Order: sequence, then structure tokens, then C-alpha cells
Amino acid sequence: MNTFASRFSSTSAGAELSKAKAIAMEDDDFSDASWGSEAGYGSLAKGVPTFSIPSVADPTAFLRLHTDDSSDPNCRIKIQHGTTTLAFRFKGGVIVAVDSRATAGSYVASGTVKKVIEINPYLLGTMAGGAADCQYWETYLGIHCRLHELRNRERISVSAASKYLSNLVYGYKGMGLSMGTMICGWDKTGPAIFYVDSDGTRLKGDLFSVGSGSTFAYGVLDQGYHWDLSDEEAQELGRRSIYAAGHRDAFSGNTCNLYHVKEDGWKFIGNYDVSKMHYEGPGDVPGSAGVAYGYDIRVEGRSSADS
Amino acid sequence: MSIMEYNGGSVIAMVGKECVAIASDLRLGNQALGISSNFQKIFPVTDRIYLGLPGLATDVTTLQELFRFRVNMYTIKEEREIQPETFAHLVSSTLYERRFGPYFIEPVIAGLSQTPSGGFKPFIAATDLIGCLNFAKDFVVAGTASSKLFGVAEGLWEPDLEPEDLFETISQTLMNAVDRDAYSGWGCVVHVITKDKIITRTLKGRMD
Repeated sequence: MNTFASRFSSTSAGAELSKAKAIAMEDDDFSDASWGSEAGYGSLAKGVPTFSIPSVADPTAFLRLHTDDSSDPNCRIKIQHGTTTLAFRFKGGVIVAVDSRATAGSYVASGTVKKVIEINPYLLGTMAGGAADCQYWETYLGIHCRLHELRNRERISVSAASKYLSNLVYGYKGMGLSMGTMICGWDKTGPAIFYVDSDGTRLKGDLFSVGSGSTFAYGVLDQGYHWDLSDEEAQELGRRSIYAAGHRDAFSGNTCNLYHVKEDGWKFIGNYDVSKMHYEGPGDVPGSAGVAYGYDIRVEGRSSADS
Repeated sequence: MSIMEYNGGSVIAMVGKECVAIASDLRLGNQALGISSNFQKIFPVTDRIYLGLPGLATDVTTLQELFRFRVNMYTIKEEREIQPETFAHLVSSTLYERRFGPYFIEPVIAGLSQTPSGGFKPFIAATDLIGCLNFAKDFVVAGTASSKLFGVAEGLWEPDLEPEDLFETISQTLMNAVDRDAYSGWGCVVHVITKDKIITRTLKGRMD
């Protein structure tokens, strides 16, 4: 029944899911996944994780009715949206910096979210859009990156990893996945960044910022960016850009998490409080001039408005 | 898009022992974008009445001027200062005049009213945007962080607080509530009204 042709004849996400489901059920009634042994990541042997679908005529419309908060802000499952994330490539590797605020409507649901997902020691993913979508699929990507290593006796390239993710989410296009992510790492070709989103877009580039505060971050980033930045200057630029976004954007802030990817893998540089950076600066860290970032702090007593 | 959340901002007022306190944040935003961290929403009406006007910023300015005019007219005609109870009804009827095209403001009133014996009695009140009065014995809240303010105030407020303790309570309530609201924050201002002086303090708040 499951001929090669029938299995792959349709590419629609719904059809794909029901097929994957049918395959899983056919092989044995109680798959490993149903015993929880694969932690919700589905049967890896069969390739695709399976999801139960609401038993209504149009599952996509059903999900949108209950989750899409742009059309009606009331009585809906709120999905985390506001964020600022950035990553840029330079002489010394890749800098990844993100904020840590999670909002549901105007409510600040958390100020300590980890928006950098450590896929493996050489790969980082950033999180913007649906928190669960990013977390789940980037972890899933991590599993497959490891399988690639075991199969091919070499690390997966950033390009291949990001393409794996983009093809994966493209399969669910129109079903309500929401993610805007940057896959960052170091491979044979050197430092690399790929922007991948749930529309299926996949872009290679030197400098990206994603989320509601991205415009503010770009402002600082574009002004201070060049290829020959030293490690310290680059880290400071990442920090300063996230501060700018955290300050101006209502849906970004709390703290900044900073990572640096070099030839020997990524390194966590630090966690910086946005409000502390405003009043006192980032503290005693390399690259910092040791002064407060806040405009009104820097101009105090020097502005005509004060006299 | 809610017009009440267009500029953001919150106000709270609390009753203490022979004193009242009123406090607000200092943010003026254009939806998610923060514009100013020094936007005053609380205005003195008399020496013993303060008025907080959270809501649409254009109406904050308009109503502040309108109330200044009406209070001045009252003072001239009556040849005495307006009392908080009277002022609350003035606010209420001014807002109800625009019942079918309201100002997008939820006023908060805090003051000390004179008793027949010559003493002072704490008074706080709040109204909705069309002037439904809410006289409270403990605290009133308004603005984008109102639900969060209610939560923290229910936990921290207690009766008969002295001015300095009331200052601490209202400050902690406001600061912690606005940190959980995306549209409020960027610094705070607190006024404590006692019978012989007004304590005004600007607080450093989180700037994100």
C-alpha cells in the first residue's frame, strides 16, 4: 500500500502528517514513541515526528481560531512574540546576542528566557516568534545534526543544518508555525550565519537582527559594524545593540545573553542586565568603556534642557 | 489595537493614616516604541488634591487644562478651595458630558478633605473613562498595568500607614507592577500628601 510513489506524491503538510501517522501505526500498534521513550521527538527511524491533529474538518482554521492574536486579542491562547535577537559575522567569528523578555499581550510573562538554543558545541540557534516552536524544532535539529555526524564521520555544515530546518518548517507551511531564527556556527568554510523563518525563507548573510526590537538593534549594529572588529569590540557592539532594543522596545529587555562562536566552538560570554547597563554600563568587561549607556545619564548636566 | 494602550502608563493612589499617596510611571510610548521617560500624568489641583490622568496622552493634556479651567471657575465663584469630594464629582460629570465620544482617560483622585472640626480626612477615588465614580477606602488603580497593580497592592497594602511607610508601600507596589507591564515603567514619581506638606520623589525604575 505504501509505495514509494504514494508516500511522496503529495507535499502538503496535512497529507504528510496523516501519511507519517499511517506509517507509524502500520508497523506496530505501540510504537516506541507511545511509551515516551523518545521524549516526544517521534520515531527517528521513520524520520518524521507525528502530531495528533484536532478532529475537525479544517484543523488549520481551528488552530488559527484559537491562537492567532492579530485578528482578535481576546480569549485566545497567547503565543510569545516580542523579542530582539541579533547575530553578526566578523573577522573573529560570530557574535550572537539576544534579550530575555517573554510577553503575552502586554504582560511580561518572564524576564529570564534563554533565547539562544545550544544545538551542539559548534551550532547556536536564536529564538524569535513562537517559543515552543523554536525550542522544539531546534532541539529536533540538534538530534539530526548528531545523526549526521554519526553517519558521515564529520560535523554538519551550518548551511546543511539550516537547510534541514528550513525544509522541515516549510513542510508545515500554513499550519501556524511561527519562528524567526538564526542558525550560527563555525564549519569548514569558517564562521557562518543563516536566517531561517517559518515562511520557509533561508538567507545567508553577515548580519541579521530578528524580532520586534530588531530595528533598534540594526540602528546601533549598522553604525558600529565592520569586518575587522576585534573580539572585544564585537562583543561590546552586540551588547550595546541589545541594550538599545531593550530600552526602546516595550516587548524586549530584562537581560542580554551574549555568545561568541570561534573556530573551537561557541562560548557563553555573559548575561547583562539591560537596566544596569542603562544606569552603570555593562560593568568591568572587555570592550566596554565602563560608562553608562543611558542617554539621560550621559548627557546629565550637559544638555540645554537641564539649564 | 486598544486606544487605552496606545501611549501606555499607569497611576495608583493609596490611603494612609491622615495622609494619602498617589504615584505614576513616567513612560510615554507610541505603542511598543518608548518616546519619553519624563511624561508627567499627575497634576496638582489644589494644595491638598492631586489628579492622575492615565490613558491617551493627547487627552491627558486636554483634560488637565480643562480641569484647571473648571477648578479656577469654581474657586472664583465660590470664593473657596474645592474639596476632594466635590472635585471627584466635577471630574465625573465632565467625563459624562462626552458619554458618546469619550476622553480616553481613567482619572485617579487623591486628596485630603477638610472635616467640620477642622481636621483632615484622606480621600481617594477613581473613575472609568465616562465618569463612573469609585470611592475606595484602601487603594485605587488605573492604566495599562491596572491588573498587575491590583495584585501587588492587595498583597502589600495595610491600614493606617504613616507617611514614610505609605511611601514605601506605594513605591514598591508601583515599581513591581510596572516591571510586569510592557507599556508602563521608565521611571516613577510619587506624591505623599500630608496635612502640612507634600512629599514628591522621583524614583529610578527599570529602563526597559
